[in-house]
Amino acid sequence: MEADRREFLKQTGLLLVLTGAAAQAWDFVLAGEPEKAPTYKLLDHWWAMAMDIRKCIGCGNCVRACKTENGVLLEPDCFRTWVERYHVHPDDPGHPEVDSPNGGYGGFPEKYKAGDGSKNFFVPKMCNHCAHSPCVQVCPVGATFESPDGVVLVDKTYCLGCRYCVQACPYGCRYIDPRTETVDKCSLCYHRITKGLTTACCEVCPMGARKLGDLKDPKDPIHDFLKDHMIHVLKPEMATGAKAYYNGLDGSVR
Amino acid sequence: MESLLHSVQGYIYPDELQLQWSILIVLYPFITGLVAGAFILASLERVFNVEAVKPTYRLALLTALAFMIVAPLPLQLHLGHPERSFEMYLTPHTTSAMAMFGFVYLWYLMVVLVLEIWLDFRKDIVLMARASTGLKRMLYRAMALGSDNISERSLRIDDKVGKFITIVGIPSAILLHGYVGFIFGSVKANPWWSSALMPVVFIFSAMVSGIALVLLLYQFVSWYRRAAVDMPCLDTIARYLLYAFIIDFSLEMLDLVHRIYEADESFKTLDFMVHTKLYFSQIILQIIVGTLLPIGLLALVQLVKLTEQARRAIYGAAGLLTLVGIFAMRWNVVIGGQLFSKSLLGYTTYKMGLWTREGLLPAIILLILPFVILYMLVKLLPPWDKARGAEVPRAQG
Repeated sequence: MEADRREFLKQTGLLLVLTGAAAQAWDFVLAGEPEKAPTYKLLDHWWAMAMDIRKCIGCGNCVRACKTENGVLLEPDCFRTWVERYHVHPDDPGHPEVDSPNGGYGGFPEKYKAGDGSKNFFVPKMCNHCAHSPCVQVCPVGATFESPDGVVLVDKTYCLGCRYCVQACPYGCRYIDPRTETVDKCSLCYHRITKGLTTACCEVCPMGARKLGDLKDPKDPIHDFLKDHMIHVLKPEMATGAKAYYNGLDGSVR
Repeated sequence: MESLLHSVQGYIYPDELQLQWSILIVLYPFITGLVAGAFILASLERVFNVEAVKPTYRLALLTALAFMIVAPLPLQLHLGHPERSFEMYLTPHTTSAMAMFGFVYLWYLMVVLVLEIWLDFRKDIVLMARASTGLKRMLYRAMALGSDNISERSLRIDDKVGKFITIVGIPSAILLHGYVGFIFGSVKANPWWSSALMPVVFIFSAMVSGIALVLLLYQFVSWYRRAAVDMPCLDTIARYLLYAFIIDFSLEMLDLVHRIYEADESFKTLDFMVHTKLYFSQIILQIIVGTLLPIGLLALVQLVKLTEQARRAIYGAAGLLTLVGIFAMRWNVVIGGQLFSKSLLGYTTYKMGLWTREGLLPAIILLILPFVILYMLVKLLPPWDKARGAEVPRAQG
């Protein structure tokens, strides 16, 4: 009886702590075989990212969390996600001043005075997990591919290191990892999201400025986000089917 | 890394600090361009019956082969995992221009070049196999692939098949280098590259560089062999070089005028780049020294009656300048396309290594290598008509 009660409490506790899907997958996660969990079906998901520029404070938590979670080199030319600071004079929106010291890893040292008549904001950037990715199109061996659940991934055991995909990405989201001599990029924390968790960057954002969304889940709050705000994607003229949706994206952002 | 950060002007995306395609990728379109150009010159004689360029026909073919063998080496050296490159043939990604290029390359090398050279030299190979002994005889017999029949009838068949291959070869050569242009021209993320004109410009610049190379090689080889230079041949080649160059330059100017007139969002960024970081290699080397000057020199020969000596000197100078100009053009495409940020808000600098894997030294070695291969090919298969038992008709004067 005692054992049953303990088991009941454990299961209920788990259900409360984890989301429903993750709780069902928990045994498989513990067994080290999360891909065998019956709860994650590739075709049931279509992942996207909701970014709210009005909420981003440029703390750099996302950059640090991403580097830690994914073992990204601390070099200033290796980023899966980074944050840019825009300083725009209202009378010259075509020439914004932009900086991103070490990708925003250490936050942003104060640079502009308040009340100088300018517009200042932060733009978190990452792979847009495009539905029609130019990087996937050009890979000569198919080492980078779009997964059926809408994530652009790289098979590092197959990548030639030809760098054509780096040239093809309009957003500058890819770099060569000098340890493996292969390309690296945001995986949308695929190892986490397939277990019912959110990405590392979303997890640590204190403002909720970036949120993972599943466009195939009718209950996902991303639908409200897309409905209730004026949404834009980066470089829409590239027609990449970008799935990083921005609220409050200024026209000066490139 | 510190120096990299200091070489940045304005704002570039952090991952753009790495400049991905080095001087080795400059060599790749330069070398394939020479192959395509040399082949197209060779095919003039065969398909269009331009008798005057006959003395260079076989030399041009061997030159194309020598450079074709070297063409994939800079790519191999550049790859992070060259040992995986064969996957491009085993599991090609059909939407990738680069993957499909592997097949275009293979088709061109094996079906067009090697086959055409073999058919053209088959009689020589058989004769040399008969005339030599020992190891040399074994080598030539192997190269003859078991054929020993050099009767009139069989040679006529060789010639017919060879002509057919040349006809297939011309579109193949155009495809080969047009495709290299497409690899760059189809990158919509890069406004410096993205242009439908890119493949066409690449084809004509390939013809220009290939013709210039054969023009130089023919003069050099004649001097080296102390053989008389066939002046009508040289004059004809130089004339073709001039025509091809005028078309090439017009196309490039069309691209330039189009960009200036349209002045889209990338224009200011690219314009600034051409006036600063690319000024020397684009304006000075490519346009003035490498294009206008040789075009002027070649045009001068058409307008003024000059002595044979003067013409030869002019052809030599124009040929060399042309090669410098076309190399600068490849440089400006490949390196220039990476000096500005895709944010269009900043610029970076290309710092070439010297002794590194993708540095200057391997690039120089890769440029010398085709000449070494050509030397060996010429030793193995002398392209001179003497080997065929007939002397080259010599020009008088």
